[in-house]
Parts: sequence; C-alpha cells; structure tokens
Amino acid sequence: MTGPFRTEIGGRIDRTRRIDFRFDGRLYSGHPGDNLASALLSHGVHLLGRSFKYHRPRGVLGAGSEEPNALVRVGSYESRATPNLRATQVEIHDLLVAESQNRYPSLSFDVGAINDVLSPLFPAGFYYKTFMWPAWGWRRLYEPIIRRMAGLGRAPTAPDADIYAQRYVHCDVLVVGAGPAGLAAARAAAQGGARVLLCDEQSEFGGSLLSEPDTTEAGRNRLAWRAATLATLAASDNVTLLTRSTAFGVFADNFVALVERVTDHLANPEPALPRERLWQVRARQVVLATGAIERPMVFAGNDRPGVMLAGAARTYLHRYGVRTGRRIVLATSADSAYGVAMDLHRAGLTIAAIADVRNEASGPLAAAARAAGLPLRTSTHIAATHGRLRIRGATLARNGTGAREKVACDLLLMSGGYTPTVHLYSQARGTLRFDESLGAFLPGGDTGILQVAGACRGIFATDVAIADGAEAGTVAAARTDPGGAPQPVRTISVPDSGALLAREAPCDRRAFVDFQNDVTTKDLRLAVREGFVSVEHVKRYTTAGMATDQGKTSNINALALVANERRMDMAAVGLTTFRMPYTPVTFGTLAGAARGNLFDPIRQTPIHAWAEDRGAVFEDVGMWKRARYFPAARETMAQAVARECRAVRTGAGLFDASTLGKIEVVGPDAAIFLERMYVNNFRKLAVGRARYGLMLGEDGFVLDDGVIGRLAPDRFHVTTTTGGAPRVLAMMEDYLQTEWPDLRVWLTSTTEEWAVVSIQGPRARDIIAPFVIGIDLAPQAFPHMAVAEGTILGVNLRIFRVSFTGECGFEINVPADYGSDVWHAIMQQGTVFGLTPYGTEAMHVLRAEKGYIIVGQESDGTATPDDLGLGWAIGRGKSDFVGKRSLARAAMRDPSRKQLVGLLTSNGETVLQEGAQIVTAANGNASIGHVTSAYFSTTLGRSMALAMISGGKARMGEKLLAPMLDRTHEVTVAPAMFYDPKGERLYG
Amino acid sequence: MLLIPCPYCGPRPELEFTYAGEANISRPAEPESLSDEQWAAYLYQRTNPRGMHAERWRHVHGCGRYFNASRDTLSDQFQFSWKPGESPP
Amino acid sequence: MAEQPVRQSALGAARATQGPHAAACLRALPAASRFSFRGSPPEAETAGVAFGVPFSLQSCRAHQTEDRAALWLGPDEWLLLAPEDAARAVQAALIRALGERPYALIGIAHRNTALEISGPRATMVLNAGCPLDLHTSRFPVGMCTRTILGKAEIILWRTASEVFHIDVWRTFAPYVWDFLIEARARL
Repeated sequence: MTGPFRTEIGGRIDRTRRIDFRFDGRLYSGHPGDNLASALLSHGVHLLGRSFKYHRPRGVLGAGSEEPNALVRVGSYESRATPNLRATQVEIHDLLVAESQNRYPSLSFDVGAINDVLSPLFPAGFYYKTFMWPAWGWRRLYEPIIRRMAGLGRAPTAPDADIYAQRYVHCDVLVVGAGPAGLAAARAAAQGGARVLLCDEQSEFGGSLLSEPDTTEAGRNRLAWRAATLATLAASDNVTLLTRSTAFGVFADNFVALVERVTDHLANPEPALPRERLWQVRARQVVLATGAIERPMVFAGNDRPGVMLAGAARTYLHRYGVRTGRRIVLATSADSAYGVAMDLHRAGLTIAAIADVRNEASGPLAAAARAAGLPLRTSTHIAATHGRLRIRGATLARNGTGAREKVACDLLLMSGGYTPTVHLYSQARGTLRFDESLGAFLPGGDTGILQVAGACRGIFATDVAIADGAEAGTVAAARTDPGGAPQPVRTISVPDSGALLAREAPCDRRAFVDFQNDVTTKDLRLAVREGFVSVEHVKRYTTAGMATDQGKTSNINALALVANERRMDMAAVGLTTFRMPYTPVTFGTLAGAARGNLFDPIRQTPIHAWAEDRGAVFEDVGMWKRARYFPAARETMAQAVARECRAVRTGAGLFDASTLGKIEVVGPDAAIFLERMYVNNFRKLAVGRARYGLMLGEDGFVLDDGVIGRLAPDRFHVTTTTGGAPRVLAMMEDYLQTEWPDLRVWLTSTTEEWAVVSIQGPRARDIIAPFVIGIDLAPQAFPHMAVAEGTILGVNLRIFRVSFTGECGFEINVPADYGSDVWHAIMQQGTVFGLTPYGTEAMHVLRAEKGYIIVGQESDGTATPDDLGLGWAIGRGKSDFVGKRSLARAAMRDPSRKQLVGLLTSNGETVLQEGAQIVTAANGNASIGHVTSAYFSTTLGRSMALAMISGGKARMGEKLLAPMLDRTHEVTVAPAMFYDPKGERLYG
Repeated sequence: MLLIPCPYCGPRPELEFTYAGEANISRPAEPESLSDEQWAAYLYQRTNPRGMHAERWRHVHGCGRYFNASRDTLSDQFQFSWKPGESPP
Repeated sequence: MAEQPVRQSALGAARATQGPHAAACLRALPAASRFSFRGSPPEAETAGVAFGVPFSLQSCRAHQTEDRAALWLGPDEWLLLAPEDAARAVQAALIRALGERPYALIGIAHRNTALEISGPRATMVLNAGCPLDLHTSRFPVGMCTRTILGKAEIILWRTASEVFHIDVWRTFAPYVWDFLIEARARL
C-alpha cells in the first residue's frame, strides 16, 4: 500500500515497484529511491527514536547525513548488524530489517523516559558532581546503571561477517560533492583534460538539484541540466563517478579517504562484493563542493517528533514525493524559509503560521509569501510546543511584548539559515573566517591545491553555484598542467545573505541545541557560568557536538550561545576542531583485507611444512612462525622439552635456525666497517674463522649480537637475532650512507637466501660428515668458530662450527629452496644416532644452562657489555666503535649496576617467574633486580634462573629473596654458567 | 599520508619511508675528546622547531637511501630534499 | 645416501597455478638466477657490458634482453635476473670483467621469488595494496621500483602495458599471492 502521505506524482522514486521492509517488527512499504526515513514518513511515522539522556521521543530532523535523531540499528543478524545508522541515509530494500534504539520496552512506551521528568537533576556534568561517593561506587554501581540508561545503539556482539576492501587511486582533480557546484566543477575539469574523480555520499548525484523546484531563479531546468551534465561526465574516459561514497577525511598533500557503501542498499548482493570499500585518493587538486547544512532554531520543545528542518521537508516533497505534514508552522530567522513555505503551499499543504524572529522580512522570497497570503508574523518566536509522540501545536509569542497565540499544527519547520559544510576544508588545514551576514564560518580561501565551490563557501543560489563550480574545475585542471596557457582565476565572490544567528535563545531545559546529546541552552549557560571559557572545554563538559553527528546541526548554535553569554564576537570564540571522520566509518572499512590469514604476512621457514607434519607446536616471533617443541604422543610441553634437551646433551638435536637474520657485508673496506659497528676486532679475523659479535647503540647499551664469519678478505657473513635483523641492517646502512660514505662496502640482507639447519650434540659431526664435500670437519681442521664453504648433497653450503647449546655444533646454511630436502636427509641419516628435532623452548633451556644471553630477554636496552658479562668481547686497542664513548662515562662503570648472575632456589624445584623482583632479607621492600630467564633443567636435575642483580658479581653465594604470588622463595646467587663451565664439550 | 620527495625517485607515499631524526648532526670525529656534556648533547639534544625543520628520511621501501629534507612542522609541507653530502638548494 | 635435493618454490604448488581470469591473471614465474649488484656507476657500466644488459643509470628503470634483465633499485644497486642455469656464467663474467675494482655481487636466487600479474585490471588489483600511481603516464613500461603491497615489500616492474613482474622475499610470497587473489575477487 502506498503511504497516505505520498504525493500523487513527482519525486525520484520508482512508483511502479513496491519494496516491503521491517521497522521495529512491523512491515511497511516504500519504493526504489526511498530511504528509511522517507518511506516511514510516507506512512506518517515521525517517531523514530529516543534521545540519548532523557529518552525523549524524537523524530526525523533532517534529510541527509546531518541527521542527529533518527538513528537506527540495521540488520537482523548480530554478525551483520550496524547500530547508529541515520535513517535518512539507509536505503530500503526487500530484506531490510531496522530497529529503533535506546528504548525499553518499546519506542512509544519507554520506561527510561522517567529521566525526562527528572531532567532538572541531570544538568551538564552531573555525573562529575553527583556520583562522588563512595569511592567504589562509580565503577560498580553508577557507571553500569548510567551506561544502561543512557546511550546510543548497542554494539554487535558477533564477529563481522561482511567483507571489506580497500583501494588506492590517483587523480588530477578530486571533486567532493555532486550538487550543482560539484557537477559543474567535475565537468569543467574533465573538459580541461584532467583525470577526474567525482564522489557524493548520496545514492544519486545532484545534491540540492534533487530537492528544489523544477526551475532555478534564472529559469534553468534543474533536472535537465543535471542529466545533461551527468551524460557528459559518463561519456568521458577520464572521469570516475562514485555515488554512495563519503569523503570522510582529508590529510596532508591532498590525500583523501572515501568510504564507498557498495552493497548495503541491495537485498541480494553478489557474495564476492565487499560491503564497503575504502578509497585512498591522492589528488593533485581537490575541489570541495560539500554544500551546507541548515541550522535548527532554538526554543523550548524544539525536539518533538514533527519538528523538522525546513529544507528537509522540501527534500522529502520534491525528491521522495512525501508530505511531511498537513498543517505547518514555520519558525525562522532566514529568508530561505519563505521559499520552502511557497513550495509546500503550492503542494497543497496548509501554512498555519510563519514566525520570523527578525523585525523585518524583506527580500523577494518573503515578498512572494506575503503576496500569496501566507500568514507571516515578524518579531515572533516560538514560546512552547505541544504534543507528546507528535507535535500538536505551537505557542507563538511576540518578541518583547509577551503576546501569545496558540496555533495547531502537525509539523513545525525550522530554518535558522545555512552553515557551510567546512569540515573537510578545515581538516585540510584551511583557515576559516566568520561571516556576520551569513552567521557562519566560511573558508578563508584557496590553499593552492584545494579549492571550495558553491554553498560550501556561502554561494547558495543554484545558478551562481554552477558558475562558481565551473570556475573551480577549470582552475583545478589548469593547475595540473603548469605548462599550459595562462592560469585562469576565480571571479565569483560570496554575496550577503539575510540570515540572523539566534544568539538570544531562551534559557530552558527543553530548548535543545544538540539533539543527539540532549544538550540544552541551560546546560551551555551553566558551563559558561561555571567557568568553562574555551569552546573545546565547553564541548567536553556539556558533550555538545560529540557523538556520531559531531555537531553538524548544533555547533554554530552552541557557539552563538557561548558568544552571547560571554559577550564576545563569534570569531573570537572560535570553533572546535573538525576531525575525521565526517560521518562514522566502520572498523571493517579501516581494516580492509587485513583479517585472518591476511592480517599480517605469516613468515614460514623452508622447514615449516616438515615441522607441521611432525606435530610441532609453533610460536610467533615477530611475523615468523617458529617450532617451539615437537611433542611425541601424549607428551606435555615439559616432557617434550626435557626429552629434546636430553637428546642434544647425549646424542644430537636438529634445530631450524633459518629465521636468524643474515647480512652479507662485501667490499674492500668490509673489515673496517665491521670494526666500527661492532665492539669486536675484525681486521685480524682470519678467513675461515668466525667471531661472536656484539653491537651497541651509540648510548653504549647492547643492541644486538650474532656470529660473524669471514669468507674472504672482503666478504663477511653476519648473523643477527631473529627480531633484530631489519633494525641492525637499517642502523648499518645509516652509518655507512651518512657517516662513512667513503667506505667501499655494501650490505645485502641474505636472511631469506639461506635455510639454516643447526645440528648440536656429541654425535653431530658423525651425522653430517658423510654429506659434506670439500671440508674436513675434524676438530683440529675445523675447530669451534670455524666457517667454510663447500657442498652438501650437491648444493652450495656455508657451514659454521658454532654452538648456542654448549655442545659441539654446526650451522648448515643451504640455499633456501633446498632447505627442506637437506633437513630431511640429515634427519634420515641421524636416526641411528638418536637425532631429535628440537624447538625454541629447548633451545632456550640449553642456552640458559650455559648462561648465553638473549638480547631483549636478559638485556632491556639499559645493559652494557660488562653488565652482561660480555666485556671480554670488546676488542683491545680499538680507538673507536659505535657506543665506545658512552662506555667511558663514570655511570657505566658503577659497581652497583645490575649485572647478570645465576640464581638457584634453595629447594631446587621451584621455577621462578620471569620478571620476578629480587630483594634482600634486610630490605624486603626495595627491589635490587629481577629474574630474566627461568627454567627447569633436566640436565642439572633442578631449576635455574638468570637474573640482573644490582652489584650481582660481588654477591656470589649470597642468599636473596624472590617474593612470588604463592610465597617468598630463597635463592642463592651463582655464576651465570650452570653447565660445563670449562667448555670441554664445546671444543671437543 | 605525506607525499615525500625522494631526491632519487621523486615524490613517493609516506608508507615507503622511515623517519630518521634531525639532519645535520654529524658523529664527532673523535668522540674520546668530548666531555660527557658535549657527548650527551650530540646524542640527545635536538632543536624540535615549530616551522621549517631539516630532517632525515630513508626511502627504505624504495631506493633504500637516506636523504635530507626540509619540512614545515606546522603544515607538514615538504619544501625540498637533498642527498647526503650535498647542500640544500 | 640421500637423493639430490630438489628446489621447492616458496609459493608452493597450491599457489603456483591459476586459470585464466578476465580481470587479471596471476602466475608464479619459474626459478631464476638472481644477483644483487652493488657498486658505483663506472663499475655498473662495466658490469652491464659483461652481463649483456646495460644497467640503467636513470632511476627506477629496467633494461632487458630476451632472457636477462637489470633493474635499477637504487643509485648503487641493481637486481640482475637471468635463467636458472646461467648463475655460474653470470658470476664468472662479472668477476672477470671487474677484477680488483670495488663492487659487491650477492647471489639471491633463493631469497626472492617472482610472480606475474597481467590483464586489463591488473593495476586496479595491485592498487588494492600498492600506493603508487600505476597509470601508464606515471608508471610506464620498463619502470621498476621497490614499493609496498599491503604489509609486504615488493619489487614492481612493468614489463608490458598490462603485465607486471613482482619480485618478493620468499616468506612474503604466499601473503602477496593471497592478497592479490583476495583483491581480484573484490573488484
């Protein structure tokens, strides 16, 4: 059934098709082209929501993205539901299910409305003042209750089932807004040869052209001009047209973020289509044609359902064919209201009264209204409104005299003039100026890469806006082609307008300024009286201009009140900062494809698949997946780690060390460069030998470590920690490129070139020797810290004799694509020797038994080499290296610095918590250090820990205390070396 | 996202770069000859200006080069960029 | 004794094959020899002669012959691509030509892997994660550069108006592949 308030003809809707949708469980009908608000209004439904704080019944205020009241939840499944959508922007389709918000049990009967009766108790900042006592009350009592009572929509509880996409796009000219000025700008820019992108937040292009009568002041047919312009644009190869796309953020250098709503308006979208797409646009020139938003009038009871912006009523009439009421009162301070009054009058609606607060209503529009016999009253304001779920009447009062008159109506339209939509201009750091005649802030001018056109800069007449847009488009296109003809310039200036800003509004607890946050004139006055001077503070104290609409309809009225209260100019009061997003953006859009397995790259070593087959448990190390342990059937982690450690100590273990960072340092000055970067000596390192390298920051603290092998006089193979690889390479490049550009040396990351198979244990040599060709692995020929190149199984090999376990060990580097097969072959060969794969957990235990540090675990960015017991690594006689000067500071040699020691618990079983603080028996309140690593060691048959303890080296044998959650444990300080202190196994 | 003028590759999106602090701070040739105060000044003291700032960037996901650029810290606009060792234009 | 190891591509069999697609086709490129050449322009010029492809001194440009290519990646850095079996020959030729002059030649055949995206909407697929302007006027055939795709670094080289070669570190290759497939599905 067609809604009873639908006009017989006209509008942009397709009356031949009917759409059925649900709102609050009831079935309604509408037509293609309708949004939720227009379809409901066609059935006379004005009540769409309850207000934030007082639960007052609220209707539709506007007709676009500025709507503060009519917020709905859309979607019947939690996984696809979206709260707080503006009914004025939700297009209807046959499967649309929408619900009103913030009401219980129903929209027409809401128990929360008790807050409205109690509203004198809830002035601005009431919760800061009221809920002070008892101290625990806020978290446990008040906040939960307030959260339940006040608020907007409910966040969905299920993971978002929709798909989102993102796209970067580049253009010469981006035009934001496709009203008359935007369309003209896009056409002119395209004719100038530019690559043009035109976007508009609405479902079709046209902006105000769709909302106003057929012909303009100059006699132009609006829709015919729109159609012709769009046809030209559609036929141009260099133009991209984007409807349902909101430019919500402008960033440096004309980087503009748009969100395109791809499928929300469709009942059955293609499953592969994303719901929304983020367009990240880089434009050489931007033209903002974002239009203007009408201001409400501020009077008591200005928020009842049936109170609406005048321009919105006109939009519903012309664009949607909907009469928003039958008998109308208009409250205005601007000439534009008379145009609306004439439109509605012609459409057969009764104009019961026009109350203009100004002393005079001049201009052609007011004259026309007078001529048509419309009941115009100047110097008149609205003193009160009547009705509960819908307005029934208004009391008009003569300014100053107190003469009152009650007028019955079912629609009250407000027009306080128009506020240019300068949000994006302001985000682009354009400066604003206050224009008294418009009662609005206007863009100060052109930034050189961004221009403003049409209503957005105060040019409201359609014909002038079209001319203004065309000029902006021409200028933008010309600027992208600096070699072209003389640069055109803008010639149109902003005219005066007859709007009066409602600075003198009644102080009333029901005269709403911000509808979305229930902020009244009384709240704002209170805030100023209580000493909030800055508008930013007033905003935060009263919440005016917050939440999903960010004060689109309320900001200027709120500022005017503050200015009036403080007896200041608007310009001096200033504006709150415009921040992105212009309208709310879903998290899905911002995340795009970065979910699930595309959240981050998942870096897997060449041996990953083997480990996965073997049932390895993985851990994340940065983006890498590393095998943590390899549980056999029914083994716990502790059992698996104990077995893996035993295998390394008694036979042999195989470890995937492919994630280790690798840098190839090549060039005639390679050794000199490494000497400067590392604390160690490298010039004297022989070819075929390797050395433990320690890298400091310039502040003298340990940054990274690794093994560095010399393959040739001018070629080194450097390893870094897994996590430190990019940082180390960047730091090396920094010194090389900017401090020592004279050095002839080049750095190349080879982390991913080599798969690294580390074999450790007394049987390691026996297992690999048969495979290795061209290298004698005998202990004398290939001792600890030797390196050589040869082949293994016919592929290139770089082999290091190194150990991170304290056992005899080899790190076998092979080209990564061969890593899996080489690992497999060694595993097969090693079976008879009990070769066991081990993971990072066993690796940690084995190295801790030897007191080998892990950078970032034992060290925390404040440890010197001496603190970590690594002073021996510093090359003697070196005049300089990165960090050396800082080590010379007295504080770096303070004997009370935290130093690396071992800790043994008295019971031998308790594994201390990593991070546990250590205290002395004499002073249990002052921490003297902390545990950095703690494990149970199967080899030792007891627990062990490494710790950084103040003056630790001088405390050997001292008893200390480690308070933990269960109880305080006694520990004894020991050397940070629990196993094979003489290194006999290592060198064997 | 800033558009950063790499002196080797031309203007490129900020995503490809890393910031590398204030420019024109050379590592002293003989750190040992500096007092603790002088060394601390080299390590930590920076101008942090409001307005034009000479700074270093690295086109890490591009040509890999460190370079110098002058950027207005108020507007985020780059004025120009130059290669290390060269003088600003 | 174990068998001779076989190369296993970082992309794996699951990702290496994709049927034709109207918008953009994706395929893994065969294994190749790859070197990172580092040095100053005079050494680069000599190396180019030895390699058989001149090294571009213009930034972000690649030169190629039928089966070899040299891509400018930085003012002292070129990526050399050659058939898989040419590795030893390339290395030997450059060592011979450059003698004692300062340069660095690093084998990175296994560090990187390559894939190709081609088709009328290849640029749009790439722009799902690559922030560069890929219009032919801004990114012509023969242009190459390191850049970003989503959260991975790639080398992007336009080999024909609708064909792009992507070189990427091996552990990022599955991500890049899956990212492009996802992006193509959302056009």
